[in-house]
Amino acid sequence: MTDTPGANAEAGSLPPGRAAQERGPGGPHAVRPRGGGRPGILLGGVARAGGIALFALRLVAACGPAFARPALIVHQIYNAGARSLVIIMLSGLFTGMVLGLQGAYLLARFGSENLLGVAAALSLLRELGPVLTSLLFAGRAGTALTSEIGLMRATDQLTAIEMMAVDPMRYVAAPRFLGGLIAMPLLAAIFNVIGLFGAQLIGVWERGIDPAAFWSQMQSSVVLRDASEGIIKSLVFGFVVTLIAVYGGYHSEPTAEGVGLATTRTVVTASWLTLLLDYMVTAAFM
Amino acid sequence: MRANRTLEIGTGFFVLLGFAALFFLTTQLPSNGLKVGGAQGGFRVTAQFDNIGDLKSGAPVALAGVTIGEVTGIGIDPQNYRAVVTMRIDPRYNKIPDDSDASINTQGLLGGQYVAIGAGGSETYLKNGSQIEFTQPAFVLENLVNKLFASFASKPAESGQGGSNSSASPSPGGPGTNPPAGGQPDGAKPHGGGRPK
Repeated sequence: MTDTPGANAEAGSLPPGRAAQERGPGGPHAVRPRGGGRPGILLGGVARAGGIALFALRLVAACGPAFARPALIVHQIYNAGARSLVIIMLSGLFTGMVLGLQGAYLLARFGSENLLGVAAALSLLRELGPVLTSLLFAGRAGTALTSEIGLMRATDQLTAIEMMAVDPMRYVAAPRFLGGLIAMPLLAAIFNVIGLFGAQLIGVWERGIDPAAFWSQMQSSVVLRDASEGIIKSLVFGFVVTLIAVYGGYHSEPTAEGVGLATTRTVVTASWLTLLLDYMVTAAFM
Repeated sequence: MRANRTLEIGTGFFVLLGFAALFFLTTQLPSNGLKVGGAQGGFRVTAQFDNIGDLKSGAPVALAGVTIGEVTGIGIDPQNYRAVVTMRIDPRYNKIPDDSDASINTQGLLGGQYVAIGAGGSETYLKNGSQIEFTQPAFVLENLVNKLFASFASKPAESGQGGSNSSASPSPGGPGTNPPAGGQPDGAKPHGGGRPK
C-alpha cells in the first residue's frame, strides 16, 4: 500500500546488523509477503486478502497442537473475554435502555407498547448484540492482540521463540486466536442478556409496560432460530476479528510506527468486515 | 502463583457468566426452546377450532385477560380436519367450568394471538385431558375486509334507485361498476350470507 516506501526507508535506516538479522533467520513469514516490486493499491489489497487467507489456514492448522497447552488458551480467554466484560456489560445495558426508549416511542404510535419486549429481543438477538459486541471486541481485544504480537515482532521475540525451535504460530498466534474465538460468543450472549434487562428497566419502570406482558410476549414470539442466528453471527465475527487482529500483529512492520499502523488497520478492517459479513449472514438466514 | 489464581478465577467467572447467558438465550427465551424452568406442572386441555389463524405454540392462554397457561401443541384432527390446540393450564386455576368457551384473539393491533377462555357456569370443572367444546375461530382480518366489501357492494345494488343516493356513494362502489366489483369477492360472499351475526 501507500506506506510501503516510507516503511522501507525506515527499515533501511536501521542499524545494519539489525536489518541483516531481520532478513536472515526470519523465515518466509517474517518479511512482509507483499510480493515484489511496488504493487498498486488494488493489487496490494488482493495480496493482503491472500495473505490473510493463507494465514488463516496456517492458524487453523496450528490450533490442534495448541490444545496441548490449555493454560495458554485460558490466559487468552481471560485477556480477550474477562477483561472486555466491563465494557461489554456497560454497552449492553445502555444499548438495551436506548432500545427501550426508542422502541416504546415507536410502538406507542401504533398502540402496541406491549410488543416492546419482542422488538428489543429480536433486534438484540439477531443484530445489535453480535454486531456491537464484535465492534467493541475489535476495539478492546483486537487492538490489544495486534499491538502485543506486533511488539513481539518488533522486539524480535517471535524470532527468538523460533530460534528455540518453538513454532510461534502454535505458541503465540493459535492460543490468542482460540481465546478470542471462544470469548466472542460468550461476550455477545452476555451483551444480549444485559441488553434485555436494560430494555426491561426502561420499558417497565419508565414507560409503565406490564412486566408480565413484556416477558410473555417476548417468550412467545422469539424462536430458537433467532437465538441461533445471533450465536452463529458472533462465531463468524469472533473468527474474523481475531484472525485480522492476530494477522495484523504477526505481519506488522517491526517498528513503532508499524505497530501503530497495524493496530489502526486491525480496527478498520475488522469493523467493516463485521458489517459486511453481518449482511451476508443475515441474508443467508432469511 | 497468586496472579495465576486471579486469572483462573476471572476466566472461570467470565466463562460461567457467558454460558449462563447462552443457556438463557437458547432455552428460556425462545418459545420452541427446551424449557427447563416451567413446563412440568399444570393440566392439559384441548380445544378444536375451525381456524387458528396465526396462533403459535407457546402463545398464552388467558382468562379475563389474566394469563393462566400456554399453548403447548397444535395439530390437525384427521377425522374432521379441524385444528386441535393443546393447552397447559396452571394448576392454580383448577376451578374453570367445563362449559367454558375458547376463542382466539389478538393482543393489540399488531400483537401475537392468544387463546381467550370465557368462563361458563357449570358446576364441574376442566381437568386433565378434558376438551373445551365451545370454540370460536381466529379473527382473520382478510375475511372481515371481504365481508365489508361484499356488504358495500350489495348495498347500492339493493337501494340504488335514488339519484342523490348514487352520487353520495363512494366512488369505487359506484352503481356502474357494481357487477364486476361484486364478482371479485365471490368467495367471501357465502360467508357474509351464511353467518349473519
